[in-house]
Amino acid sequence: MTTTTDRSRRGLRRGETASGWLFTAPMLILLGLFLVVPVAMALWVSVSDWGGRGSPFAGGVSFVGLKNYGALLVGGGLDEADFGMSMKNNAWYVVFVVPIQTALSLFLAVLVNRQVLKGRGFFRTAFYFPSVTSSVAITVLFMFLFSTTGAVNAALGWLGINGPNWVNDPAGVLHFGATKGPTFLEQNDFLGVSFWDWLGGPSVAMCVYIIMAIFTTSGTFMLLFLAALQNISGEVQEAAMVDGANGWQRFWRVTLPQLRPTLFTVLTLGLIGCWQIFDQIYTGTRGQPAKTTITPAYQSYKSSFIDQDWGQGAAIAYILFVVIIVFTLFQRWVLRERKISRRRGLPYQAAVTEASRAKTASRGGAR
Amino acid sequence: MTALPTRRMPRGNAHLATTSIFYALLIALALVYIYPFLIQVATSFKTDPDAASDPLSLIPPTFTTEAYTQLFLRSDYPTWFTNSVIVTIFVTTGRVFFDSLAGYALARLHFRGRNLVFAGLVAVMSVPAVVLLIPKFLVIKQFGIYDSYAGMILPLLVDAAGVFIMKGFFESIPVSVEEQARIDGAGTFRVFWSIVLPMARPALITIIILSFQGSWNELAHFIISTQSPELTTLTKGVAQLANGQLSQGRQYPLKLAAAIIMTIPVAVMFFIFQRRIMNSSAGAVKE
Repeated sequence: MTTTTDRSRRGLRRGETASGWLFTAPMLILLGLFLVVPVAMALWVSVSDWGGRGSPFAGGVSFVGLKNYGALLVGGGLDEADFGMSMKNNAWYVVFVVPIQTALSLFLAVLVNRQVLKGRGFFRTAFYFPSVTSSVAITVLFMFLFSTTGAVNAALGWLGINGPNWVNDPAGVLHFGATKGPTFLEQNDFLGVSFWDWLGGPSVAMCVYIIMAIFTTSGTFMLLFLAALQNISGEVQEAAMVDGANGWQRFWRVTLPQLRPTLFTVLTLGLIGCWQIFDQIYTGTRGQPAKTTITPAYQSYKSSFIDQDWGQGAAIAYILFVVIIVFTLFQRWVLRERKISRRRGLPYQAAVTEASRAKTASRGGAR
Repeated sequence: MTALPTRRMPRGNAHLATTSIFYALLIALALVYIYPFLIQVATSFKTDPDAASDPLSLIPPTFTTEAYTQLFLRSDYPTWFTNSVIVTIFVTTGRVFFDSLAGYALARLHFRGRNLVFAGLVAVMSVPAVVLLIPKFLVIKQFGIYDSYAGMILPLLVDAAGVFIMKGFFESIPVSVEEQARIDGAGTFRVFWSIVLPMARPALITIIILSFQGSWNELAHFIISTQSPELTTLTKGVAQLANGQLSQGRQYPLKLAAAIIMTIPVAVMFFIFQRRIMNSSAGAVKE
């Protein structure tokens, strides 16, 4: 797209302003009405005392400043404790899901990328299929598999292991069965949750969601790694082989450094997706047992639609927004660096295509 | 993708052993991924007591289609299914049309404010869907389209990522064909509709796959935009069935059957376009 060609085509470009706006009008109107306006409206609700009746712009609704945010972050009451709990649950979810799903998807990609492989198509389909199903359907299945009399406990029974109650067990896995911690950990708290609880790790119930997320998203990310692996030139590999590097060394020293951009994309997409977990919680345990599966997204829904505390719900949504946007901007910033070095921003395009696919398929997302 | 048969030479027994271990590992992994779905299908044909006492077997001790009969003849399931079909058809059609229209304008038409529109699009794409739950509800209510098909469909009709994909595709195809048509006097919409769009088939298929999957599997938006039972979609209905809001107790065969049927359309879609989905991870953005 150079300016010279633009100039020579100017005669043909008459009326393009009108059609340009006309063509983009449906998008502008729909995204404006259902994305920009809502975000602005929710910002108002998050600093108001609107109770859910009538319009939030009606006369009776008043400005309460940062009261809703204050109640969540420094209130000292139940609101703060619930919010702290949801952050604790989701943070542990992220800590477990993101590294494991990244490692597993890379492992699967390397396995099915082998030069000589019988049934390659079958294995790829097998690993990818869980990504296609809806989060609702997969949650229904997992709630059955991990029920007390479910398939997982039956399989553990064969091995002589008495399986836990899974979705009904609120015990933190890093507490290793201890019910009481040291006093200084019990008595100090952050966001209304004691240090002892923060350090307790995800509850056994939350682990079911962690396993489910890894199970369903590893296939999507496997495809990303697979595409990257196929773009790596064989020459470097062969050179390393000639130099006498074994398979293990070749993977760590040659393949992995070349996968860095993809690795980064997968990690950030995972981070962004994991903070949005909602569908699974809504379909599954709804925050139970003992609030150990509430997440900020579910808590925001619950505060508003069930407890009718709309300001609170909107405030949680905004805090979550900030958390996610930080990761998003970070990812954009890094990918933009690459854009200049390659031709015509194609990597960025591909990343966005992938991102939307991953978002569509991701069990971590609210879709 | 091309196999390099010369790369790996058979090295006798050691090689055979590694290969066997490799395949054993791969098959074991594949089993972990597939077995849950096989259990799901098997359990949907079991009786309630059998589902609890014998959760691992793939052959129902007592074969029954009771779960399916109940879903289709004595529940709202057919209504949920119809609603999902209606919403998916409208959303997919809308996205294919509006995404490509906007993508084309952003890629090809030179108009004042284009950069601004594009910058806005990029900004909007980073808004996570989950924080829009409450905001969207507020707006839908304000516009008076709460609890209606309009409220379910309109907000999903355009997706920013789809516009972005289409823009990328249009930029990758040569401009000369359009120029010729323009010189022959065709209007902008005509050029778009009868010349550019037919060329964009690969990208359009990507949009169709993403939109179909996206709207069929959508849950959160339907939770906040509707309340009446006649507007319940599959995702919402099955989610409520799953956590016992419809007070039906455990009933695992019934729940699993409900989940299977809602998976069939996306599974069919997946197997039709499998090649595309699995092979071109860069989606439509291929030269």
